[in-house]
Amino acid sequence: MEFGLSSEQRMLQDSVARYLADACPMQHVRDTAAGPQVVSATLKAGLAGLGVPGILIPAEYGGMGLGLLEAALVAEALGHRVAPAHFTGAHVMAPLAIMSGGSAGQQQTWLPRLAKGEATAAVAVTESILSRDGAGVRAKNGRLEGAALFVLDAADAEVIVVADETGRQHLVAADAVGVELIALPTIDRTRSVGELRLSGAAAEPLPGSGPETTRRIVDAGRVMLAADTLGAGAAMIEQAVAYAGQRRQFGRPIGSFQAVKHMCAEMAAALEPSRSLVWYAAHAFDHMPDEAPLMACHAKSHLSEVGRLVARTSTEVHGGMGFTDLAGLHYWFKRIGLDRQLLGGPETVRNEAARLQGWIAA
Amino acid sequence: MDLTYSPEHQAFRQEVLDFLDAHRDAAPKGRGGAQRPSPEAVAWQKLLIEHGYAARTIPKEYGGFGAAPDILKSRIIGEAFTYAGVPPGLQNQGISMLVPTLLELGTEDQKRQWIGPTIRGEVIWCQGYSEPGSGSDLASLQTRAIEDGDDFVINGQKIWTSTAREADMIFCLVRTEPDKAKHDGISYLIFSMETPGIEVRPLVTMTGRAEFNETFFTDVRVPKSQIVGKRGQGWIVANTTLKHERGMLGDPGQLESRFQALVELMRTETAGGAAIMDNPVLRDRLVRLQAEIAAMKFNGLRVLSASANGGEAGLARLVVKLQACELAHQISALGIDALGELGVLYDEAPHLRDHGAWQQNYMFQLGLIIGGGTAQIQKNIIAERGLGMPREPKLAAEGAR
Repeated sequence: MEFGLSSEQRMLQDSVARYLADACPMQHVRDTAAGPQVVSATLKAGLAGLGVPGILIPAEYGGMGLGLLEAALVAEALGHRVAPAHFTGAHVMAPLAIMSGGSAGQQQTWLPRLAKGEATAAVAVTESILSRDGAGVRAKNGRLEGAALFVLDAADAEVIVVADETGRQHLVAADAVGVELIALPTIDRTRSVGELRLSGAAAEPLPGSGPETTRRIVDAGRVMLAADTLGAGAAMIEQAVAYAGQRRQFGRPIGSFQAVKHMCAEMAAALEPSRSLVWYAAHAFDHMPDEAPLMACHAKSHLSEVGRLVARTSTEVHGGMGFTDLAGLHYWFKRIGLDRQLLGGPETVRNEAARLQGWIAA
Repeated sequence: MDLTYSPEHQAFRQEVLDFLDAHRDAAPKGRGGAQRPSPEAVAWQKLLIEHGYAARTIPKEYGGFGAAPDILKSRIIGEAFTYAGVPPGLQNQGISMLVPTLLELGTEDQKRQWIGPTIRGEVIWCQGYSEPGSGSDLASLQTRAIEDGDDFVINGQKIWTSTAREADMIFCLVRTEPDKAKHDGISYLIFSMETPGIEVRPLVTMTGRAEFNETFFTDVRVPKSQIVGKRGQGWIVANTTLKHERGMLGDPGQLESRFQALVELMRTETAGGAAIMDNPVLRDRLVRLQAEIAAMKFNGLRVLSASANGGEAGLARLVVKLQACELAHQISALGIDALGELGVLYDEAPHLRDHGAWQQNYMFQLGLIIGGGTAQIQKNIIAERGLGMPREPKLAAEGAR
């Protein structure tokens, strides 16, 4: 019985955090966000060097073969630095989709290249949760028709994992005829979200896929978004506490005023227990499949709520400065805002959690 | 992460389960509670101590079981009793607060005299800390103890003395050195509630019940030997005790069982012919609470693991009292809202649900948010000790009073 991280897990956490502290300072986030590419080429190469793209991919395909808890630690580190880098779709959901539903040939073709970071995969599964603006993908005679919104990690994708309306997944080449993948600008300039339009596009089904495997990669994605928010939220609290210790008004640091101090305490009190929830949900994904879907829902919805509290409160602790571009705090604020809505906002996810427990009449 | 028990702990768990199977019929009905335990509860406590399921780590020479501390085994015992629906050992302020304090700071005579009868439920204690003028600023307390021959003579008033009416004994903070700075002039005395000059008045709270009392001291004579720790060190002694109280107030197992009762209520109760659970707004609130309770449960496991490894869980531990008391209050609030108009019924009203427990808990738990270190004091602790934020500057005029 040990509820906590192993020394190997702490080493992984430290090595990614150390790399990002060096390679992804605030200025790098700003420069990338201001440029045409959402994803930083520097970070892409650096993270590939650390093995991040292959974190879940088995060693026989050149990956690290680690579990979702390790992936959550990486997600947290990326969120902490608001790193403009792919992760949830490209390095977690897409490899899991191919690992769980792909044929031996598909696995052989894609997993080694994904593990090395040579190929990038986007993920289009949002319609399996809730469809907006009439989006949805139908499969007919090996071809796909329709549209998918909120495609995760869309930038530079070579291949897209697409769930059709039956929950079955397909691989679609981004450069194939009848495939159009466009960027959807969001509040968050550090993450890439796209829209996929398909008109008679050639597709390769993942033969072992279905509603169950789609559900499972959504679970994994939700835990990653929760972990991203955990890291981003922790970084916002650190900045708020540091600022409140330096900024002086009325002749004393504003952090000595209880009004300010209590805002920080409330954030910490909300965020700290949620760390254990993220760990548990990630651990359950690999070791307690019965509990995994509910815990993924809880982690996603709870971190969304805690994230909103922290994003708003830590901005307020900075006073007017927090509201400016100068402080840069808004990058975290927006990242948390994006994480909240992707793969189901908290109300949607809680509705699913109720359904999973039989609390909704059929 | 390893959420399974080692073979040693699995075997221990089996041992506890076997005990429960064999002896559950001897268990008293209902929990021990704060009042004087019934003869059945005292007999049950004796059996539990013999087997090491109560007073587990209290040394044998003081009447305990004498096991080495093993936080996982303590948890296994707690889980097994809760799961079996069998009342655990007695829980009262004497056992949870006075005994650990005596073990740390009492004299050998004090340990031998008081620990055994206290853990067996033969001696009931109350706590004399807070005063009408000294709540969060406990160290400003004014109850005076003046030396007179071999005695201290005590005059003053305490408040929030739960179980004062039932208690045999009190552990009490008094000011023995009025000239010293406020933290340095306090002593910790233990004395009988039968001592002449003590008057106890029940304190009725918003629940309509008198869960607490006010206790008045008029020329109460206590032998000087009945001090724990040295003269003027009562503040240090008291903090030893408060540390144990804060651990006691945040029990995630209790949150889970209250939550299960709430789920049951929302599934079985109907309004307008439909189950409350069918109301999407109330259901959303239920699931939201469930996620928060899960977070606190796993946070508890994390704190437990850290302590088992001899470490400190830092923030994860500091937030427990604040968060757990707030969550308990929110669970009751949703219970009331789920009942709607039925939720306002009280006392012996027809249509009353669960003996009025939802309202009663909702009100009492507000008391728990305030008691044992208010939410605001907890936030100061989290910010200052957990986040390293600057302390409030002291007012120049403040000092010894």
